Amino acid sequence: MEVSNITKNTLSRMFSEGKRFDSRGLLDFREIEISGDVSNKSEGSARVKIGKTEVIAGVKLSVGEPYPDSPNKGNLMVSGDLLPLASPKFESGPPGFNAIELPRLVDRAVRESGIIDLSKLLIEKEKVWNLMIDIYPINDDGNIIDASLLAAVVALKNTYLPQIDKEGNIDYEKKKEKKLPLSPETVPISFSFFKLGDSIILDPTREEEEACDVRITLGISKWNGQHMINSCQKKGGEILTREDIEKITSILPEKFDELNKKLKKYI
Amino acid sequence: MAVKRSDGRKPNELRPIIAKIGVVPNADGSALFAFGDTIAIAAVYGPRQLHPQHMQNPSKGVLRCNYDLLSFSVYDRKKPGPSRRSQEISKVTEWALIPAVYLEQFPNSVIDVQIYILQADAGTRTAGINAASMALAHAGIPMRDLVCSLAVGKLDKEIVVDITKEEEDFEDGEGATDLAIAKLANSDEFSLLQMDGKIQPELFNNALKAGAEACSKIYEVQKKALKEAINTLGSDE
Repeated sequence: MEVSNITKNTLSRMFSEGKRFDSRGLLDFREIEISGDVSNKSEGSARVKIGKTEVIAGVKLSVGEPYPDSPNKGNLMVSGDLLPLASPKFESGPPGFNAIELPRLVDRAVRESGIIDLSKLLIEKEKVWNLMIDIYPINDDGNIIDASLLAAVVALKNTYLPQIDKEGNIDYEKKKEKKLPLSPETVPISFSFFKLGDSIILDPTREEEEACDVRITLGISKWNGQHMINSCQKKGGEILTREDIEKITSILPEKFDELNKKLKKYI
Repeated sequence: MAVKRSDGRKPNELRPIIAKIGVVPNADGSALFAFGDTIAIAAVYGPRQLHPQHMQNPSKGVLRCNYDLLSFSVYDRKKPGPSRRSQEISKVTEWALIPAVYLEQFPNSVIDVQIYILQADAGTRTAGINAASMALAHAGIPMRDLVCSLAVGKLDKEIVVDITKEEEDFEDGEGATDLAIAKLANSDEFSLLQMDGKIQPELFNNALKAGAEACSKIYEVQKKALKEAINTLGSDE
C-alpha cells in the first residue's frame, strides 16, 4: 500500500474526527448502481458500480464430469483477473497476489453461504453442470472485493440454464427458460473493513484503501433466519484487537440488512 | 446435544503437540511443530541483504514467507510447485508473523521464512505459523512476542478447538466452520483471521475467545522448547 505520509496522516486525523473527503460517514457506502445483462452471450451477467468503482461479472455454464470426491454435485469455479484496463496499477502478466485473492474470496463467500445447492446441478449420472463465474473490474476506485461479490450474486440471480439437445450437446442459442436453481433466502454480501489508526471504515476509495494499515473482509448471509458469517480474511501486517473484531461483528448484521434491502430491488 | 468428537477430545482440548528446535542445522533458526497428525517444519534465513536492490526498504526490513505442502503430505499427491492456495497461505502467514518482529531494526534486509508441511491433517497453516514463530526466536531475531496459532471450529452449534480433517468435513446441522487464528501470545491482538463455514456473529466472538485460551497452551509448549534448546546450547560449551 503506497501513499504519501502526508495523505496518510491527514486521513488518519480526519477519520478520528469521523470525517471523510467526500463527506460520507465512516461506515457509509458510496452510491451503488446495479444493472444486469452486460453480455447476452453469457448465461447471466451483471454490472455493479460503487461510486467510481465498477465491476462486471458473468456466468457461463458447460457440461462436465463431477469431481471424484463429490460425484453427485456440480462444479463451481470462480475466476477473474485485474485487467490493466481498470487501473494504471494493474499490470499484465502472471497474476499477482491481489488477482489470486479476489476470486478466492468471492468463491468462499458464495460457496459457504449455500446460495447454490450444487447437488441441483447434477444432470444425470457422471454428468453435471460446470458453473463458472468470472469477475473483471472495469474501473478500480477502491473496495473491488465487495463490489465483485455483489456483481457475482446479481449475475447468478439472472442466470438461465442453456438447453441440452438429444445428443447431449448444449444449445446456447435456444431460448433460455429455466433459471439456475438458487436458494430464495440466501444472498451473500461481503463487507471489507479497513483500519487506519484506531478508526474503522467501510467502502474506501482507492486513496483511502492504500492509506489503511489492515483490512478484514467478511462474507455474511442469512441462513434459516439467522445472520451467518461465511468467510473472513485479514490482510496486512498489522494486528486487529479483540475490541476491533467485536465492534465489526456487531455492526455487520445491520449493514447486511441495509444492503440486502437495496439489493432486493434488482434481484 | 453436544457433538461428540471422533477422537474423543473435549471441546477445548488440543491434539498432542510436539515442538522441537533446531531441526535444520544450516538455517539461522529452525523448528518443528506438530498438532497430532499435522507436522510442519520451518527454517529462517537472515536477516541478510535483500537483492535485487530496488526491493530494499530503507526504513524497515522485509519478511518473506513461503509455505507449501510436500507432495506426499496428503493422500492425493500434491503436484510440486506453488499453487494459488499455497500462495495465499504464504501471504497470510507473512501477515501473521510481521506484527511480532522488530523489522525496523533491519533496514534494507530480508528475513526469509520457509515452511513445509510433512504430514497434513488440517490446521497446516497454523502449525506452520507456530513453527515459524519459534524458528524466528531461535534465529535470535528481536521480537515483541511469540505468535501462537490454531484453527477453531464450530461443529453444528458446538465450538471446538484444533479441528482435524475429519471434523472439517462434518456436515450435520449447521455444518463445520473453520476459523484459523494467530495472536501475539501475551496480548489480545490478532494477526491472522481466516475462516469459512457458517457462524453467527456473536459466536464468532466466542470462537475467538476459545481460540485465545487454547493459544496460551501452545505458548507454554513453544516457550518450553525454546528454553530447552538454550539450555542444551549452554551445556555444550
